[in-house]
Amino acid sequence: MELICPAGTPTAFREAVDAGADAVYCGFRDETNARNFPGLNFSREELGDAISYARRKGTQTFIALNTFMRAGHESLWYEAAADAVRLGADALILADFGLMAHVAEAYPEQRLHVSVQASASNPDAVSFLVDAFGARRVVLPRTLTISDIARLARQIRCEIEVFVFGGLCVMAEGRCSLSSYATGKSPNMNGVCSPASHVRYRQDGGDLVSELGSYTINRFPRDEAAGYPTLCKGRFDIADASGYAFEDPVSLDVMDQIDALREAGVSALKIEGRQRGKAYVAEVVSTLRKALDARPEHRQALLARLRLLSEGQRTTSGAYEKRWR
Amino acid sequence: MEVPRPLAAPLAVVPIPLVEGAVKLMFSSLLKRHPALFERLGEHKSKRYAFRPNDLPLVFLVEPALPAISVMRKPADAAADAAVEGPLFLLLALLEGRCDADALFFSRALTVIGDMEAMLALRNALDGCEIDLPRDLGGAAGPFAPLVSRTAAAIRRRALAGETVAWN
Repeated sequence: MELICPAGTPTAFREAVDAGADAVYCGFRDETNARNFPGLNFSREELGDAISYARRKGTQTFIALNTFMRAGHESLWYEAAADAVRLGADALILADFGLMAHVAEAYPEQRLHVSVQASASNPDAVSFLVDAFGARRVVLPRTLTISDIARLARQIRCEIEVFVFGGLCVMAEGRCSLSSYATGKSPNMNGVCSPASHVRYRQDGGDLVSELGSYTINRFPRDEAAGYPTLCKGRFDIADASGYAFEDPVSLDVMDQIDALREAGVSALKIEGRQRGKAYVAEVVSTLRKALDARPEHRQALLARLRLLSEGQRTTSGAYEKRWR
Repeated sequence: MEVPRPLAAPLAVVPIPLVEGAVKLMFSSLLKRHPALFERLGEHKSKRYAFRPNDLPLVFLVEPALPAISVMRKPADAAADAAVEGPLFLLLALLEGRCDADALFFSRALTVIGDMEAMLALRNALDGCEIDLPRDLGGAAGPFAPLVSRTAAAIRRRALAGETVAWN
């Protein structure tokens, strides 16, 4: 199985390559990708240099153009696709059907991957994208069990990539409107979930209070590990109870299920985290590379250290081992 | 690791112009070595950033647009758009991208207040550079470069030895 690694800057990109990534995914510095954060991402020149560096080391580069085009402004996405193809991307990761159609028509030789943002999670949806646009791989939403993935793999004619480590989005990606509700901006349209421009932290005594727009998201007592200020990780008062309604502030880690994922028909394992720093990328990629090559009984010891890098300093296997309906 | 009190305490009485002179020298040396340091900031280049080491009696204010750095003594606060507070060695490790900022934030080792977008842009800009303080500052030490670099690297190694979120 391939290890697909994130990079938000050229230095993180080189770290990922040097740490053993089979492929690195990244995006341009604009709203064409779902990690459109200030100071992050690549200029055309930087991406060209990065792709050359990766090639020399035998690593592939996937370019994420995985937001949904704004009507009347399609040229921004079309130009990004043209530049990604010209620069030599090994694959484009796309979510918008219109953009997939454009790429399939204009660049029929270009390898096309379906972004998790497309939220394709059943045989009909995936098969449509394969038949209509020649999709070669689908990145599955983090809502399926390993059995679901195995069942799906038997019914589709493209490769499967799944997230195995990093930030955990519990919604059907590409369809979540929580960030839009609170801030007017979303990863789907603007490339930002809970944008920093709407985030505020304040100290209240020993507590850390996080706010998003006009909503208080969470209050962390002095010794409690903190999480991201997203509504889905917020602590809510519901009836007489107070707690996490959607998801705790935890990260995904299913590296102990590598063999089951391989048997289920998964071709590639993806690490989330283009918004994280080069230190995170270097540490996570090198550790997961070792884990992938290690015997099963040695994996847990390798992976334990990564928990400290995770949101809330805790990890979960999420829906992959779903015990609820 | 925090700055040992016997080293931090004298900074409460050392004249600010003296400290500021040394800090400005290091800042300009860093900018000479990394001229594109603030390019990724975009619109946030005009913001002011405060660094508040909680183990020193000082506050450092960086203004990328000028570019300039100034030093103040606590409790006087800098009129900053965004501020980050934490142990000095962790702040320096962040400057080098040697620690993961999100992980430090989750662990509560760092506190960030003010304009989060500006601070995020600065974090990403710093992370995009390949700052290596012992190497970069040593380069400005003329014939003493090898000695300065070696000493600074040894201090860094020791300071970050216990940090579980530090990288190589």
